[in-house]
Amino acid sequence: MKQHLDLYLTLLKTSIISQFQYRVAHLFWLLAMMVEPVVYLVVWGTIATSQGGNVAGYTAGTFAAYYITWTLVRQMNIALTPYAFENRIRKGRLSNELMRPIHPIHFDMSYFMSLKVVTIVLWLPIAGLLWWVFQPVFTFTAWWQIPAFILALLGGFVTRFLCLWALGLVTFWVTKVSAVFELYFTIELLLSGRLVPLAIMPAWVRDISQWLPFQWTFGFPIDVAVGTLTGPQVAWGLAMQAVWMLIAGGILALVWPHAVRRYSAVGA
Amino acid sequence: MVYLRLFWIFLRVSVISEFQYRVNFFVQLFQSALALGTGLVAMSLVFSYTQNLAGWTQPELLAVMGVHIIVGGLIKTVIQPNMNRLIEDIQEGTLDFALTKPADAQAIISVREFRIWQLIDLVLGSVVLGYAISQLSTSLGWLSALAFAAAVLLGGLMIYSVWLMLSVGAFWIIRADNFLEIFDSLYQAGRWPVSIYPGWLKHTLTFVLPIAFAVTLPAETLARQLNGQNLLFALGLTVLLLVVSRLFWRFGLRHYTGASA
Repeated sequence: MKQHLDLYLTLLKTSIISQFQYRVAHLFWLLAMMVEPVVYLVVWGTIATSQGGNVAGYTAGTFAAYYITWTLVRQMNIALTPYAFENRIRKGRLSNELMRPIHPIHFDMSYFMSLKVVTIVLWLPIAGLLWWVFQPVFTFTAWWQIPAFILALLGGFVTRFLCLWALGLVTFWVTKVSAVFELYFTIELLLSGRLVPLAIMPAWVRDISQWLPFQWTFGFPIDVAVGTLTGPQVAWGLAMQAVWMLIAGGILALVWPHAVRRYSAVGA
Repeated sequence: MVYLRLFWIFLRVSVISEFQYRVNFFVQLFQSALALGTGLVAMSLVFSYTQNLAGWTQPELLAVMGVHIIVGGLIKTVIQPNMNRLIEDIQEGTLDFALTKPADAQAIISVREFRIWQLIDLVLGSVVLGYAISQLSTSLGWLSALAFAAAVLLGGLMIYSVWLMLSVGAFWIIRADNFLEIFDSLYQAGRWPVSIYPGWLKHTLTFVLPIAFAVTLPAETLARQLNGQNLLFALGLTVLLLVVSRLFWRFGLRHYTGASA
């Protein structure tokens, strides 16, 4: 345990320093990523205003709160895409990583955590600007909303990270995987609350997404921050995150040894 | 005439080499279908709550979406691959090979690559557009069809000019690919008519990256009414952008030192 902690601290430190060298590139990238939520926000804000101020319980102000929090959750959610495995396997880079005495997942995890530190610093002024332009309305009902949001945000990242890492393992067996991943990300876009808050979706879609991991990694932390959830609902969401972490982690632990054997069998 | 033949030869070579990878056709078809499906879901969600979006009816918005897919397909077939290759060549110093050829360098770097499988979007977009028009009450004359074609052409030329200027930035800033990231995401905003956006975004989408002219204006020409004044304005702006980008390209070239030099 202590050994892992030391590893994370060291990796985080060096990675943050090296990421800050590319701050201008990060800033451009971050700005580019703001267009998507702004488009959604304008469309739904316009509809809310034209429908007498309210769509499925959302006003222009709560939509603004939703999509501004969206920008933070989206950044926190960034994890290793399963496409990276294609690269690692085809170019044989995994060989180096397997030589280390520690599971390669820890190196990925600490890299993406360091990325968060850099992007939050750059995100703050952009969020301020969005706040000023769109005037969001948050509902603040209880003190636990803030710690719950932080917990949900972290839980969302870890859950998504584990799910995508587990999905990436498909690459060890199938070579043309991009179609599978493409489909996964499209479903995620629709069912996670990224395209629209799930409250906007028809009831049957909400019923399905209850049982899938997507909404717990994206829409749920946003809803906690905006203040549309009650205490028990928040607890339920955090529990669902834990369940999906266990499922994805379990698959990882089970499949990884076979995947590695498969890799050495392919050669490289 | 020489340039037309040059264009034809490059096109043929690209088509031949793309036909080696026929699986990519299906990969592209799958991707385009997913993107279209997502767009349709978003639109049906919007219209399950409202009858019109800032004055735009559903068939009109479908027409915008169709044009958005068509123009996006054109960009990904011709403009994007050529400009990516230009940036790569500038970064690696291999632009020398294009500059030393006995033809105008700008003409060569603009037509070297064609991604023909991306033309699937042209087909899908046309289907969406055709369906949207059939839902509209207005009848289409040959004049509006002609105006539509002209508007798409002008919009494409404007996007080409702006993209060329951004790529030429690579002569100074080696990592010019980051600008292009922004272009890509701003283009997504063109899926909806630019008039719905707040002023600052609308002006960016009109005058900085002319997506308003490339997508909204052609769609308006077909789905609403022909606005001769706007079309003339687009013509003027296209000529201006072509001239400015040409000058900027020549200016940038003077800063290119090459790899071997």
